[in-house]
Parts: sequence; structure tokens; C-alpha cells
Amino acid sequence: MSSLLFATPKELTSWLAKLASDRRVLAPRQEGPSVVYRPRTAEELASADLDALLRRATASPKQAMLPQCETLVTFKSVKDAEDPSKLTTTLENPCVAEPTVLFGCRPCDARGFVVLDRPYLEGKFKDPYYGARREATVIVTQACPSAFSSCFCNWVGSNPSDKEGSDILFTAVEGGFVLEVVTEKGRALLDGADFADAAEKAAEVAAAHEAAAASLPSPSTLTHVQEKVASRFTDIAFWEKETVKCLSCGACTYLCPTCQCFTITDEGSQLDGRRLRSWDSCMTPLFTLETSGHNPRPSKAERMRNRVSHKFSFYPERYDGFFSCVGCGRCVVSCPVSLDIRHMVKAAVEGSTLEFPEDEAPAAEVPSAEAPAAPVVESAPVTEAPVEEAVAPEAPAEAPAEAPEESAPVEAEAPEAAPAEESAAPEAPVEAPVEEVAAEVPAPEAAAEVPAEAPEAPAAEVPAQAAPAKTSAQTASSAAKTSKSGRSGSRSSSKSKAKKR
Amino acid sequence: MSVLAGKELRIVGFLCNWCSYGGADTAGTARAVQPTDLRIIRVPCSGRVNPLFVLKALINGADGVLVSGCHPRDCHYSAGNYYARRRLELLKEFLPVIGINPDRFEYTWVSASEGQRWKDVVTNFTNRIHALGPAPRWEDVPARYDRPEELIESIRPLGCGEHPALPELRQAIKDALAEGLEGVLGWKKGFDAVHAEPVFMTTPEEVDSLIWGPFNVHNLAVYLPQYKGRKIGVVVKGCDSKGVVELLAENLISREDVKIFGMGCNGTVNVSRILARLPEGAKIESCIGRGNKITVTADGQEYEMTMAEVAQDKCRLCTKPNAVLSDVFVGTPTTEPAAPADGRSPALRFLDSLSLEERMGFWKGQMERCIACHACRGACPMCVCRDHCVSDTRDPAWVTQEDTVQQKLFFQLIHAQHLAGRCTGCTECERACPMDIPVFALKQQFGRMIQKIFSYGAGLDVNATPPLLTYQVEEPTIKEHDLA
Repeated sequence: MSSLLFATPKELTSWLAKLASDRRVLAPRQEGPSVVYRPRTAEELASADLDALLRRATASPKQAMLPQCETLVTFKSVKDAEDPSKLTTTLENPCVAEPTVLFGCRPCDARGFVVLDRPYLEGKFKDPYYGARREATVIVTQACPSAFSSCFCNWVGSNPSDKEGSDILFTAVEGGFVLEVVTEKGRALLDGADFADAAEKAAEVAAAHEAAAASLPSPSTLTHVQEKVASRFTDIAFWEKETVKCLSCGACTYLCPTCQCFTITDEGSQLDGRRLRSWDSCMTPLFTLETSGHNPRPSKAERMRNRVSHKFSFYPERYDGFFSCVGCGRCVVSCPVSLDIRHMVKAAVEGSTLEFPEDEAPAAEVPSAEAPAAPVVESAPVTEAPVEEAVAPEAPAEAPAEAPEESAPVEAEAPEAAPAEESAAPEAPVEAPVEEVAAEVPAPEAAAEVPAEAPEAPAAEVPAQAAPAKTSAQTASSAAKTSKSGRSGSRSSSKSKAKKR
Repeated sequence: MSVLAGKELRIVGFLCNWCSYGGADTAGTARAVQPTDLRIIRVPCSGRVNPLFVLKALINGADGVLVSGCHPRDCHYSAGNYYARRRLELLKEFLPVIGINPDRFEYTWVSASEGQRWKDVVTNFTNRIHALGPAPRWEDVPARYDRPEELIESIRPLGCGEHPALPELRQAIKDALAEGLEGVLGWKKGFDAVHAEPVFMTTPEEVDSLIWGPFNVHNLAVYLPQYKGRKIGVVVKGCDSKGVVELLAENLISREDVKIFGMGCNGTVNVSRILARLPEGAKIESCIGRGNKITVTADGQEYEMTMAEVAQDKCRLCTKPNAVLSDVFVGTPTTEPAAPADGRSPALRFLDSLSLEERMGFWKGQMERCIACHACRGACPMCVCRDHCVSDTRDPAWVTQEDTVQQKLFFQLIHAQHLAGRCTGCTECERACPMDIPVFALKQQFGRMIQKIFSYGAGLDVNATPPLLTYQVEEPTIKEHDLA
């Protein structure tokens, strides 16, 4: 089976209907002005209006894996008839992870699950409930036809056709959809489907992806986001100013595809009850209220500091520089007072007192020595482009390559934290799906920068700043390999990293 | 609560300690034969019966609820039952909107000596509940997701053009800042042309960012209590000013602390209605209002719409476009129209057209998508408890963390109940709801019943006392509910 398949709208809905006959299919449904993920029946899907099925959901689909509330365990204690002081307690785990197809989520939503995977599935304590549902769910993602005005996935290393986290990615083309198999799970789901091969539509798909990427506003040019946001921790005046209009309601956290905090409560009686896990929100006072009555986050300023810092500082610090924001913009568009996380991060970073030597270095200067091709600066929306090179101690040969032809938002970018072994491994970025990248970008001229030899460069950047302007080749080997994977070299390295993990 | 299957129903009784509980005792001592469906909870006084007790019982499956206290003028705490009478009468009128038959709830008066009367009350009420049968269960009611998007015709002309007096308003605010006001709450342009956002203006430059127009949707009164004790200003539309007045009436803010700036309002928009007229994800480049027409440019394409198509529902029925209380009123006041013949929101109109069971289905369908974020509470200017909301406590445990329709609806009932007689109808709860759940209908149901029983509207008079905080010994508009 080819990895590209073509389905007409009718074929797509009948395929979904067929899937719904023996598993749960979660798909968007219009309810009033909102769009909500619901389990859909085969009949509904067979006759579904495809436009409605393809709309972006108001709330993220995270509840497919992390329900708003779930029963972790039920407990029942029975007194011994002979000796009433003896209790026999039985525990039951009611978690059933039905085989599920999550249809129509957007690349940011799918990527949200990758963000959730790290705390829930990595390390010593794996969450069996989340894990079981993750295992049982196949994610069929729709590549965004165009970006919303609140979208900023290109700030956080993604793009409107990002495959990360998806099992199948489908793209609307003339007359139907091209489905691309991303994982084996996705391939298995398409096994029974009778879709035509669509290898010849690869160019059309690539064009659709390019158009969607071009519909995004320019990516952020912020640097050292992780450190600079962290440096604001004690700057309460800053957060007070930013949250003047915040209502402290928590809608942002519940709509967010990556907000992952929960609370645990017991309901019922001591002898017969259930333990519930439900979403919690760091926007509420109860989140940190201590039994003594003391609250370490007494006001909305500290609470918002936590939300922003978790996404842009704590999480990257814990997980190799990956932000835990996927840039879906739901918190922006659904906020009752239009509080904008993009604005907050920007303000936190731009006014930061933390200084990095390269921040002052104008873009053109650093590589000036052997920079005959200086168009770098004009071509990109980024001014402090070659930043990392400056900080990288052994950045010896700052040979700026030619600027990329367009400075359109790039697919993605590797967070700057380059673990040591990766920096040493010359083939790291090569693991990337080079051929498909090549298909998308026929003539990559510029080598995207891979900050491989800066292992001590502290983690996370706003990826975008490394974008097209990052043209300096580092060492012979990395220059060679990055030019191979072309413009998307950075993206590929991000992928390879994700896979390794 | 175990019942004799098929014979008994679940009826909860709240009885005051001094009269009705004594009356029940008297009936028992007299060996009066009475039905056994009633489960009695003794309370100090009928005034202790929080209407939420009743709602919680009914939402969670009680087939009937009976409250009984001392006769009026007989209260052992002087006036507890007078307050109870107002609250419970209002509650009874409220119940139909959530699909609960008001006959399932009753309140009455029985004294300690009236054993026979108690027997009659219990028998008659139990018979009534048996005639109604077991209450429909939320699990069994089919959920309805339909909700006709009805556009109510506006009772006054709505406009979205530039307000000629805006420079004058800015100047007035700058002057006030110069005179020592700490800051003034207003609106500025938001992240795109159809969104505004609240701003706390402290400098003349910030005042220059002040806008006035159809996107000034937020009710800024919500911020006032947090500035208590500081001298600040607030810019208000007519509806917002009612929130300020209600806060003043309840002594939650002080008159000398707040300077109110008003201007005539010509209506605001429901941003979702604008977005619904654009292709999904269209990026809005600009938005120009002229007269009653809005032209939105998105993705290079122009989209024309009229205020009649996109205005918020409350603006269509608004009779107070000018601040009801202000220190500085700039420009010509907007002409105030006469009260509409029908002031109901579209959701309430729709609910009124449904049967009781269909209404349950309606709320079930709507509340299913509630994500329990409580933005409704956050945006409500009258929700002044902020970090100390009763719904957040574990003791008493009003709501659990479960995501069932009953739990989520019960939160809404808490909100609506706590706003009875206080809600000024700004509909911010509904606007803030990210899932577009028509939660204002619940508050409006209380509002119109308060209008009906007490002829009272909140937020109009600083010196008024909300009707549930007072009583009359004789209530001319409340009929005695005699069960005996």
C-alpha cells in the first residue's frame, strides 16, 4: 500500500461509518455555535455533512485521552459477619480503553498528545489510564487548509501540516482528500479501505501545505524564551500588569490541548465509593491552596505566571527544550477578555533583563568575516538570527550560506537543546524523511541551522527565530547534512528527536 | 434512600425544629396514619432552607420536596419564615425552566400543635407526588441539541459607526487622571479587528487607545470590587452601569471610590455571529462600521453585515442604552425606547415553547458540552465571592468533580440562584462561555419571576433593597399554598 491514498468525500464518510461499526469514532459535531467532539454512530457518519465534520473543534480533543473526569478505582469494603472489625476491601479498575478513532483533529491537537505523552508515559511512573487510551486510539488528523488569526503553531516549532502525533494525516485536494499514512497504526486502520493510490497527487498536497503555512503570520523572533520567562519568576509586577484584565476563570486551561493537571477526589462513602480524577486548572485558587489556609499563589498574577511559565519554561526545562504550547490559539480566541498568551510571552521575553551576549549582536555582524552573501538579513523576518552561533563556544566557522529563497514560515524547528550525543552524531538530522521534504521544497538553497555543537547552550528557544535566516553552517559535517535535508533540516531533526524519545 | 419498590417514592421534607417537626411529632404521638414516603430532615427554621437544598434533591432524583415551617408571624426567630416565603415562592416559579414540574415542590406552614394538619399535609402531598409518578431521570431523558438561532428584532435602531463624542470622552478621562484618579477601566482594540479587550488606563497614551463601539462587549463592572478602596474610574455602557449600581446598592464598592464615565450606546455585537459569516479561519484584516453596517475585510475579501444580523441579543431588547448612573456623561444620550412587549432571550423563548421533559432534554444536551471552566462565573460582575465560591468547597459538597449533566447543571443553578434579584441581565455569563451554552436563560427565568412577583428590576436604584433581602408581613403577590 502506498503511503498516499485518495478518497472522495463520499468514500471518506463511508470509511468512517464502517469504522464506527466496530469501534468508537470521535469526530467534531456542530452544536449551536460550537463544535464538539462526540462519539458518532455509523448512521450519523454515513450521512454526515463533511464540512461540519471538518470544522475545528471549540475545545481541544484532549479528552479522548484525558477525560474531563474519570473513575480511577472503585472501592467497596464489606464487614466480616463473624468479626465486624474486620473489613474486606475490594478494588476495581473501571477503565475501559475502547478502540477509538479520533477523526479530524488538527496538527496542533495531535501534537498536543505528544506533549501529554511526556509527563504521562515517560519516566518511572507511567499513567496506565492515559496509556491504555493512547494505545487504543488512532489519530486521523486533518492538515489545516489555512490558519486562524489566533494560530501561532509556527512559533512553537510546528506548522499547519505537521505530522507529529498523528497516525494518518489527510489533506483536502481538488475533488477529495489525500490520506498519508504516518505510522503503522495508521496503516493498519487503512487496511480495509478501498482508496485509490495518490502518489501522483504528492505535489498538490505539498502545495496545499505550503499555502497553509503561508497563511500564518510571521513566526516569532524571540530568543532564549525558556530562560527569559524563567527570569520573570520573581517579577510579580510584570505579571500583575499582564493580568490586569484576566478574570481568573480558567477557560484557557480547559480548552488547551496540553494543559494536563488534574485533581483527585473521592466520592461516595468510606465503605463504598470511587476515586475520581478530573481536570484541574492552575487559574483557580484551590489549585495551590494549602490546608493551613496559606496560598502560595494568592492572586491571578501568580497563577498566570504559572500557566505561561509551565508552557514556556518549566516544561522545556524538564523535557529537552520542547514547549508545552502547541500554538492552537484556543486560549486566545475563547478568552472572555481576549487575553493573548502570544503577547504575554513576547512581553516577558522582550523586556527581560536577562542578557545574552548575542542578543545585542546585529545579525549581519557575527558572520561578517566570511560573509559575502549577506542577503540573510533582508530575507528573513529575523534580525537576531545568528544568535546561537555566537553563544556556541566552538562556533568557529560562521559561514553564512545564501538566504533561502522565501522566508515563509518554516515547518518547524528543533528546540535548541541539543543533547550531547546528538551533537556528536553527525547523522542525527538525516533520519528525517528527507525524500518527502525534498518533494515539498525542490530547491533548498540554504542550510538551515542546526545548533548541534552547542550542547551547553541552554535549552529552548522560540524555534522560529532559527528559521530561514539561520543560515550559518556550523561545521563541515553539519553543513553537509543540513544542506541535504534542505530548508527543513531543522524540522527533521526535531522529528528524529521525537522518535528517539 | 431505600424505598419500597413500586410502593414508595422519594420525598424529602425539610421541617423547622420549632413548629413543623413538633407537628409531625404530635401526629405521631396521636398515632395518625400517614404515608411513609417522606424522609424528614430537621432544620432550625424554614429560613435555614437554602433553595439549593431543594434543587439539589430534585436534580439528584427526589420525586418530591416538601418544606414546612411555622406559620407567618409565628417564627421563633421572628422573621425566618418571611424570608423563606419569598425564596421558596420564587424557587417554585423557577423550576419549570429546567424541566422540573413545580408541583413536585411545595412549602407550607404547620405548627407544633397541628398534628391533624400535618397528617393532611403529608397525605395530600404524597398523593400529589404519586399522581405525578416517579420523576423523570436525567439518564433517561433524550438529549436535545437543537437550538434555533432566532434573531430578535431590535426595539431601537442599532449602529456601529464612530461615536462623535469619543475624543471628548478621552479628554474627560485624561483630566480625571490628572486630577488624581489611579486609572480608568475602558476598552481597546484586541488581537484582531472584531475583538476589543479591557484596558486599565493610567497614562494619557493609554487613554488614546480607548475605543467605543460595537466591540466593547465586556462589562467592566466585573473588575470594580477588586479595586475596592482605590480611586478609579470606569467607562460604562447602559447595561454595564446597572452592574455598577447593583454593586453600589449591595455595598460591595463605595460611591466615592469610583468615577463613572458614560456615553450613549448604540448596541454591541455578538462576535460569534460575525465569525459565522466568514469562512472558517478567515483572517480578519479590518473592520469598518458605518451607520448600521459593518464591513469586515478578511483574507482580502469584503463581507458586509448589518447590526440587525450580528448584534447581541441583549442589545436588541435594551431599554437603558445610557448609563443609569454616571459622573461624567459625554455626548448626546441615545433615545431610550419603551420596554419591549417580550423581553425574553431567544433561549428562554425556545424553552417556553417546550414541554417539561423536552426542557430537561434541552439542558442535558447543552450541559453535556460544558467543560466546567466556570468562565460564566469569572465574567459575572455580581459574582463577588471570587476565590471563595461555594461550588469550590468540599464541605458542604455542593458539586462533585464528576462531569455529569446533573453536576454541571447544578453549578449553573448555584450561579442563577445566587443572582436571583441581583442579576442585571448583562449576559456576560453567556458571552464568556467558550462552549456557547445559553446559561443566561436560567438567570433570566429568575429575573422575570422577580419582576412578576416583586415588580423589581436589579441595577436601577442605588438605594433599592434586593427583594430577597427583605420581606413584607403580608405579601400581596404571594398566594398561600394550602396542602391541608
